[in-house]
Amino acid sequence: MKRTRSLIAAALGLTAAVAFSVAAEAKTTLNALFMAQAGYSESDVRAMTDAYLKNHPDVSIKLEFVPYEQLHDKITLAAGSGQGYDTVLYDVIWPAEFAENNILADVTSRIDPATKSAVEDGAWTTVYYKDKAYGMPWSVDSKYLFYNKEMLQKAGIVNPPKTWDELLADAKIIKQKGIVDYPIVWSWSQAEAVICDYAILLQAYGGKFLDENGKPAFNKGGGLDALKYMVQSLKDGVTNPHSTEYLEEDVRGVFSSGKAAFALNWTYMYGLANTNAKESQVVGKVGVVAPPGVDGKNPIGTVNGAMGLGIPTSSQNKDAAWDYIKFLSSPEIEAKYAASSPPIWKSFYEEAAKQNRPDADLMKAEAESFNALSNRPQVPDYQQFSARLQQAIQQALLGKATPEDALNAAAADLSN
Amino acid sequence: MESRGRLLLLLPLVVVLLAVIGWPLLDTFWLSFTDARLGGQTGNFIWFDNYLHAFRAPAFRRALFVTVMFTVCTVGAEMLIGLGVGLLLDMDLWGRKFLRGLLIVPWALPTVVNAMCWRVIYNPDFGALDAFLQQIGAIKEYQSWLGDPTTALIAVGAADVWKTFSLVAIITLAGLQAVPRELKEAAEIDGAGPFERFRTVTWPVILPPLTIACVLRTIEAFKVFDIIWVMTRGGPLDSTKSLSILVYQEAFSFRHAGYGASLAMLSVAITMMLIGAYSRAVKIQGAVR
Repeated sequence: MKRTRSLIAAALGLTAAVAFSVAAEAKTTLNALFMAQAGYSESDVRAMTDAYLKNHPDVSIKLEFVPYEQLHDKITLAAGSGQGYDTVLYDVIWPAEFAENNILADVTSRIDPATKSAVEDGAWTTVYYKDKAYGMPWSVDSKYLFYNKEMLQKAGIVNPPKTWDELLADAKIIKQKGIVDYPIVWSWSQAEAVICDYAILLQAYGGKFLDENGKPAFNKGGGLDALKYMVQSLKDGVTNPHSTEYLEEDVRGVFSSGKAAFALNWTYMYGLANTNAKESQVVGKVGVVAPPGVDGKNPIGTVNGAMGLGIPTSSQNKDAAWDYIKFLSSPEIEAKYAASSPPIWKSFYEEAAKQNRPDADLMKAEAESFNALSNRPQVPDYQQFSARLQQAIQQALLGKATPEDALNAAAADLSN
Repeated sequence: MESRGRLLLLLPLVVVLLAVIGWPLLDTFWLSFTDARLGGQTGNFIWFDNYLHAFRAPAFRRALFVTVMFTVCTVGAEMLIGLGVGLLLDMDLWGRKFLRGLLIVPWALPTVVNAMCWRVIYNPDFGALDAFLQQIGAIKEYQSWLGDPTTALIAVGAADVWKTFSLVAIITLAGLQAVPRELKEAAEIDGAGPFERFRTVTWPVILPPLTIACVLRTIEAFKVFDIIWVMTRGGPLDSTKSLSILVYQEAFSFRHAGYGASLAMLSVAITMMLIGAYSRAVKIQGAVR
């Protein structure tokens, strides 16, 4: 009798254990990779995820944050090992590479026509390659020209510059009046950041990265003029010479401490520099406009800095991952965190234009830029393309070669 | 029977080492003869093409030069400063115990934290180094130490020396404890000066551990990655791009897994030679004892 009872107890225990493990298995775990840098902050993403989990008790999400510079390599490395993430954040310059190498899953059928038309066109270039979608755009961004209103006023400059030549002239006045030593600060470190600054000037000067046949064209016309402008601004002593070691965060540091009158940076700098007294000594003095243009060429220069959320091909939880992505990129969530990163939804900007918002300058700069977003080349070997071009640009900036020689050598290398 | 028992005890270690080092190394070796791309197909067997390409590529030669320069200069400086500080802290100084304790701090600091600290020190707009140099009149204008190809490697090297010289100093100190006091006193009575006493009594005792420290540090420095990655990511103009950074860039950023593997194997071959030097140093030390 005793033996029977123990057997029953054991059987019950076993059943409970199995049931418990089945229940545990039923909970879907998503591994998600994000960036801890510009755009939505780590705390933003954690708050968004918590909001999602409240309504999805059957899901658990493991978040991982890496600096931008490691994002690409983390994604490719995980793909190489055949396992890893279910949701990844990726940059506008990578869809060609990720699509050609089967790193991200094709989600074209998951995007409905209503969503397609409601999102900014520039944002879609982040996820589309050869007419197939490899994710959902999450943020659309461009670099803007930030300026210190007080410094411009002291120098007697009424309006922010509309052309790059005007910017150079204004900077010279500011320097001559001794308001700051170096009026302009850029992110010209040997990194993707220098390509973004160069892309803005390249568009303004009417240049192209590649010609119709996909061959390098940055060494001619507007591409060459853009680099010449960068070098000239260094020679004139109006560009902070330390820009060659700076990334965006360094630019923010210099501008926020009142050591520069002009800076190019992404949206995220606006809130931190203009309203956050802990992070900035120029609170309330920050103006922002779309980057200037060039007379007779282009009235504006921009760089598409949109980012998207994709599902790696190896993910076992594609449906759950898509549901999570849809939530993160929904109009409500994006509007709530708009101060960190500009939303992808057209309706947000239409609404914003009607309101008298304190960040109306930024909204205007965003709307103007998003209408004219220029892309960096969509090539499968973009990382290599960019690395070679970074090297050429730095050669010219550091005076090791003329802009012509540096760009011609890079174009020749990349043609092969 | 006894030797079989010893072998049996070593077995778990050998199995683990083969699994975590042996197999990946063999796999990398095989990969280095293919044109495989990360995340793509296995690739075709292309014999020695990757190696030939490496020897012809200016990027490889440059990275090798950067690595050798970094290794020679940092290890040289670490040995000299470490030896000096070790000798100094062996003397009867006020606060010697406290200073000896302090010595461990740079060594204990994670490399990434050390690199971040030095990035702030070198900051060309707010950095402490520029402020100090300007105040003593050594420079007129703030300099971009990490943004100038002529100074970037030196700046990164200095940050590395600051972190690792203390290891050499600690090893020197430990070695100095083994110098027989009576020998020192005898030399002093015999009229030997401080330099002569150091040369004939102290130096022979501390040389073997210092040789091992030097070889170990050389192997470490040759593999340098993290401090450069955090401070300059190989820039400006590739002036700080070491062999490890080149391997990482080729294999993971450019996804040239085969070519990256061949560069890694070349790096391993050089490290193996350094390990050979280490084994010799250990043997010499054994002979001295």
